[in-house]
Amino acid sequence: MRSYFTLARRELAGYFVSLTGYVIIAVVVLLLGLSFTYLLEVLNGQAVEMPVTDLFYDAFFFWLILLLATPVITMRSFALEKYSGTYETLMTTPVGELEVVLAKFTSVFVFYVVMWLPLLACLFVVRHYTQDRTALDWGALASTFLGIALVGAVYTSLGCFASVLSRSQIIAAMISFALGIALFLLSFFSFLTPPRADWQSRFFNYISMFSHMQDFVRGIVDARSLVFYLSLTVFFLFLTLKVVESQRWK
Amino acid sequence: MSDEAMIEVSELTKRYSGHTAVDRISFTVGRGEIVGLLGPNGAGKSTTMRILACFLSATSGSARVAGFDVFGQSREVRRRMGYMPENNPLHPEMRVREYLKFRARLKGLGFRATRARVGVVMEQCGLTEVGRKVIGQLSKGFRQRVGLADALVHEPELIILDEPTIGLDPNQIRAVRQLIKDLGQARTVLISTHILPEVEVMCSRVLIMHRGRILAADTPENLQAIMSDGGQVVAEVAAPLAALRASLEVLDGVEHWDISPAEGEYQRCALTARPGVDLRPVLFELVRGQGWRLRELTSNRHSLEDIFVHMTRVRRDEEDGP
Repeated sequence: MRSYFTLARRELAGYFVSLTGYVIIAVVVLLLGLSFTYLLEVLNGQAVEMPVTDLFYDAFFFWLILLLATPVITMRSFALEKYSGTYETLMTTPVGELEVVLAKFTSVFVFYVVMWLPLLACLFVVRHYTQDRTALDWGALASTFLGIALVGAVYTSLGCFASVLSRSQIIAAMISFALGIALFLLSFFSFLTPPRADWQSRFFNYISMFSHMQDFVRGIVDARSLVFYLSLTVFFLFLTLKVVESQRWK
Repeated sequence: MSDEAMIEVSELTKRYSGHTAVDRISFTVGRGEIVGLLGPNGAGKSTTMRILACFLSATSGSARVAGFDVFGQSREVRRRMGYMPENNPLHPEMRVREYLKFRARLKGLGFRATRARVGVVMEQCGLTEVGRKVIGQLSKGFRQRVGLADALVHEPELIILDEPTIGLDPNQIRAVRQLIKDLGQARTVLISTHILPEVEVMCSRVLIMHRGRILAADTPENLQAIMSDGGQVVAEVAAPLAALRASLEVLDGVEHWDISPAEGEYQRCALTARPGVDLRPVLFELVRGQGWRLRELTSNRHSLEDIFVHMTRVRRDEEDGP
């Protein structure tokens, strides 16, 4: 447990002592800002019935950030260490494989959450300049961030898995981008199937990222969504762990 | 300390798809020994060390460190062993003290123990004045010492160093060798190298590896003794050439001789003795009897280099033969 914290702290510090972390955050702030101004222009003083968080999510920037940023954050977690050789010094210390995987995932995930914090600033700007004090609902805000965290957990664990497969950061990023896009595109199946109550429609609706996220931004925390995101995360972390363990018997 | 073996390797084999990196090797290393793994590039030294360091698994065979199985009880082995891989990978963005603390924590040292041990190894490896520097900006010699300090920080019983002096300048090499020699007084050290004088200076025992096999395992002195038959004696004598030739012709115990002119009136004689004969006193008596002058008399022992070249060549001839 002690080495888990030591390792997670170092991994997280790795983003901030090198340029990587700042570049990612800068790009995300830029995209969020763009998305924000875009929103303001479109609405242009009209009153809308949706919660503010829903508006942000409706802009395609949300998915753009998710799909682009997660491969870049996660690509270094294993691939960089394998490339530089420090993976060898790491795995020859008495640290368990599970600790290594969890520590790397934790640091990536924490960075991902930190990366989304500028969204809060945007939302507070909205609140500040609207007369209606109820414009920003705390419940919806909390559930939006819960949703962002959960969908991020899926995508960062997927990225860790891609990173453990390769020695090259670029290849790791491409694998995780491809898998991430595939997962994203699966969501569109729910639009293709007619909204009947048969099992296909229900299935595609269940694996759709959109429908789950739609709930979160409206302030609904559904147990099915929790189970969906968490089980995917655990699945990808399990795969990562197995690849790490395979090193010892390969 | 008990006298059980620190490393026991038996019938260890590592096959990659297509070729065999390590081929059924067996050896033991006792506690407190400094053992050198010697061999050309690609002989299987690094693979052997990586298996002992629990980074790679073996295809077959067994290896035990301090009585623990490298595959079954790998965590126990890793607790007791400090390993510095080839090329000494470090985190270039970290500071020296920060890195060593991080490594000490990873290796399971407590907060107090970490502070104390990091101080000790930094002192030991001469890193005190660069403690706050970023590793990426250090010279190669200092980085090597950081790697050594890392291998030592948890007071391991066994230290495995893969090519610890590669890429260093002569002064740094000397410093690192001295450090390793000092370590060997309290711990078991296994180092690999393809630089021959290094093992002669540091190691109490040598394992010569070639193409995944161990060709010889002995002390440097014994290996030299095996080859000592047919050693060469060189003398520089001031004498008339004809007289010198005539005298050497009739000298007892000379198998082969050769004269070449040195500067001035001196002649350089290279003599090969028959097995078991020491030519030095014979030559001295000859020179004294004739009233010549002698300014050099040396016996060329075979260096480990000769032994190494000899052994690897013999092996190659056997393999290439019909």
